[in-house]
Amino acid sequence: MTHVMKLSRRFFLTASAVAGGGLSLGWTAPASAADTAGAELGIWAVIHPDDTVVVRIARSEMGQGTLTGLAQLVADELDADWRFVKAEYVAPEVNLANKRAWGDMSTGGSRGIRASVEYVRKGGAAGRAMLIQAAAAKWAVPATECSTGMSVVTHKPTGRTLRYGEIAAEAAKLPVPDDIKVKTPAEWKLIGRGVKRLDTVDKLNGKLTYAIDVQLPDMLNAAIAQSPVFGGKLKSFDAAKIKSMPGVRFVVPVDDNAVAVVADKWYQAKTALAALPVVWDEGKNGNVDSAQIAAFLKEGLDAKEAALAQEHGDVTAALAGAAKKVESVYGTPFLHHATLEPMNCTAKFADGKVEVWVSSQNGDASLAAAAEAGGVKLADVKVHKHHLGGGFGRRGQQDYVKQAVLIAKQVPGRPIKLIWTREEDMTHGFYRPITQAKMSAGLDAQGNVTALHARLSGQSILAYLMPQRMENGVDMIAFQGWTKEEFGYMAIPNLRIDHAVRNTHVPVGFWRGVNTNQNSIYMECFIDEVAHAAGKDPLEFRRTLMAKNPKHLAVLNAVAERAGWGTPLPKGVYRGIAQNAGFGSYVAAVAEVSVSPKGELTIHRIVAGTDCGYVVNPDQVAAQVEGSFVFGLSALLTSEITIEKGRAVETNFDSYQVMRLASMPKVETVLVPSGGFWGGVGEPTIAVAPPAVLNAIFAATGKRIRTLPLTHHDLSHA
Amino acid sequence: MAMLKLSINGQSREVDVDPETPLLWVLREWLGMTGTKYGCGVAQCGACTVHVDGVATRSCSLPVGSVDASKITTIEGLSPDGMSHPIQVAWLQHEVPQCGYCQSGQIMASAALLAAKPNPTDADIADMVTNICRCGTYQRIKAAIHTAAELTIPAGGKA
Repeated sequence: MTHVMKLSRRFFLTASAVAGGGLSLGWTAPASAADTAGAELGIWAVIHPDDTVVVRIARSEMGQGTLTGLAQLVADELDADWRFVKAEYVAPEVNLANKRAWGDMSTGGSRGIRASVEYVRKGGAAGRAMLIQAAAAKWAVPATECSTGMSVVTHKPTGRTLRYGEIAAEAAKLPVPDDIKVKTPAEWKLIGRGVKRLDTVDKLNGKLTYAIDVQLPDMLNAAIAQSPVFGGKLKSFDAAKIKSMPGVRFVVPVDDNAVAVVADKWYQAKTALAALPVVWDEGKNGNVDSAQIAAFLKEGLDAKEAALAQEHGDVTAALAGAAKKVESVYGTPFLHHATLEPMNCTAKFADGKVEVWVSSQNGDASLAAAAEAGGVKLADVKVHKHHLGGGFGRRGQQDYVKQAVLIAKQVPGRPIKLIWTREEDMTHGFYRPITQAKMSAGLDAQGNVTALHARLSGQSILAYLMPQRMENGVDMIAFQGWTKEEFGYMAIPNLRIDHAVRNTHVPVGFWRGVNTNQNSIYMECFIDEVAHAAGKDPLEFRRTLMAKNPKHLAVLNAVAERAGWGTPLPKGVYRGIAQNAGFGSYVAAVAEVSVSPKGELTIHRIVAGTDCGYVVNPDQVAAQVEGSFVFGLSALLTSEITIEKGRAVETNFDSYQVMRLASMPKVETVLVPSGGFWGGVGEPTIAVAPPAVLNAIFAATGKRIRTLPLTHHDLSHA
Repeated sequence: MAMLKLSINGQSREVDVDPETPLLWVLREWLGMTGTKYGCGVAQCGACTVHVDGVATRSCSLPVGSVDASKITTIEGLSPDGMSHPIQVAWLQHEVPQCGYCQSGQIMASAALLAAKPNPTDADIADMVTNICRCGTYQRIKAAIHTAAELTIPAGGKA
């Protein structure tokens, strides 16, 4: 096995170079064309003579670990030695030119793994079959006598071996089998293993090039001002006033709602833009404020007309006949994604062709947006995909790509890097929709729930972004967590869940966790209220309601057990519990908090559980669960976008407060994969973060918080 | 404009720039050093953290003219090979980064903390590492700083 020695020697050198740790330096910078230097085994894997396996990735990496997870799926089926696995993005124009052979590039809805898993695994398995066939042909033996492992083909009867690098060129000449079978879970070697991420090292030394870091010859930089009032237009600007400022080259309108300054350096462009006199046409929304929006939504809570998510039994009659009725109104604000890398895109328009460098959650959509803005054919666009400095749903939208191309078109021949200031970014989001909910429940004399009505009122994402996906006025996204497939309390005999759609002029979009966030707060806090009204333990009460939902219940039980629900806690520490389902996974959490008499909240510990079916990389799932609590708890504790004079009030991280390390509780992740399905990971657990804490706050203080963020509430108690 | 002589990562660099320009943009745009990130421009998020004479400093709000007599260290100069500072070693071991955009700043803030307090408590970490991470890597940052402290303290006793 001399080759193993040789590989080990090389591995040793690589490992030494990364200071005692990294198993692989496996991220290659985005290539505009796919790697063709090695041997292509189908479309998903390229193997080089030195045994390097390059796995092609169509989705985007924004921190969620999908790049590594997808590489694990392909490499497992390929029986590749993980130490030699690298990953590279498929360029969107290459995907387009090949009839989208690499499938959907969009990266959202926690779909990165679960929506790709079947075809990428088949791609890896096809490559393995080709390697075996090529080796068998070389040895003139039946393929059935050959096995694979650690990037080596072995002829079992004779013990002869060929490294993948030695046989890949021959294998690549064979037809790609399409009736290929993938491994059973028992055969997995990499799936389920906590291998190290492929893209960590360059994030430790400043080398990773996000789109904002792109530097090109002759590049100019642009800063942009968009209408402060959502939906407003650009009326006029006085370019002469800033033309002589340092570095300024051009002042150009962008679409009908923005103006940009193009300068040698971005800092010069930004400085000049701040001095540019601009007149806006605010349109009809220049006086809208948060109080008006709240009143508009409140009206919807009792409106006759509402879109129905699901209904069974007779809720009206059951509520009317209930021994006890519980009713509460909840509400959550607009929220911004606040990716730490502000929106930016570099674009070049030359000779009727467009090239963009972008951090995007959807390479296909970036390409289409660039073509549309440039007025060129799809085939005349190149997209350089970069890792994202945060996405969270915001970078599925392509507004910043269009703007960069519109500016570049007015300065042809030179790359233009457009960067939004944080203030532009904060005030021009696609915000998490504002909603309220009226929750009503009926109890019988024994404290059993006889009826539940959840009435949402508020904004619809689909109505704003993709009205063609509304079905008969129903936005099913608004009901995330509450659909028949997802709702965990299907044992409630009379149930109605509906939504009075109330759209404002504020743009809304998909925010990490989307509507599971708001809905889970409403439902899980209300169920807690009803449990207390019934005089029952919140965990026991839920168990009864979850009789028809064993998967939900199993996760709830797992976190309750790990957290020691019902066991004594230190003085002053209280527990709260919540569960939910969304993005194909089942989740639950127990929070332990204390609240000082003055009202200071401390979150001591979170136990968070998820059943995502199969786990690809347990350590990365844990990372997502930990991170999801930071996202969810930011929304709980401090964050909100409010509206005054038709525009966002919060403009930067001084007014839009997000969670910092000092508030970080200990998060313990409990994985309870039940197998048989592939669920999402990046988003689901966010939904249980706020309600678990809010229910613990109630236990600690007797105060039921029904609107967020907590900064509006006094938690002091006697 | 003025010709400024800066000491960055042990090297002398000359730039012709308005002294009021924040250090962040001089690094990124005049010197092409993009490891230091822009996040907010108002010293809130910490993505732009560098060391000025060893002290963690938010470079987005620091006029370059005020640091021409100081020693500046950026993420690119934290360790000779870009991966051997105890913070970098611990970061890799704990797989801290998610999107990674804030990590230059987190690492620089943590390295300065470790230099000032070789064996920091959780409270020290909470006080000194106040940078924003939107992916939510705080738990691992905390754990990795403790690991880095162990790597830094010589075997056999506390520093």
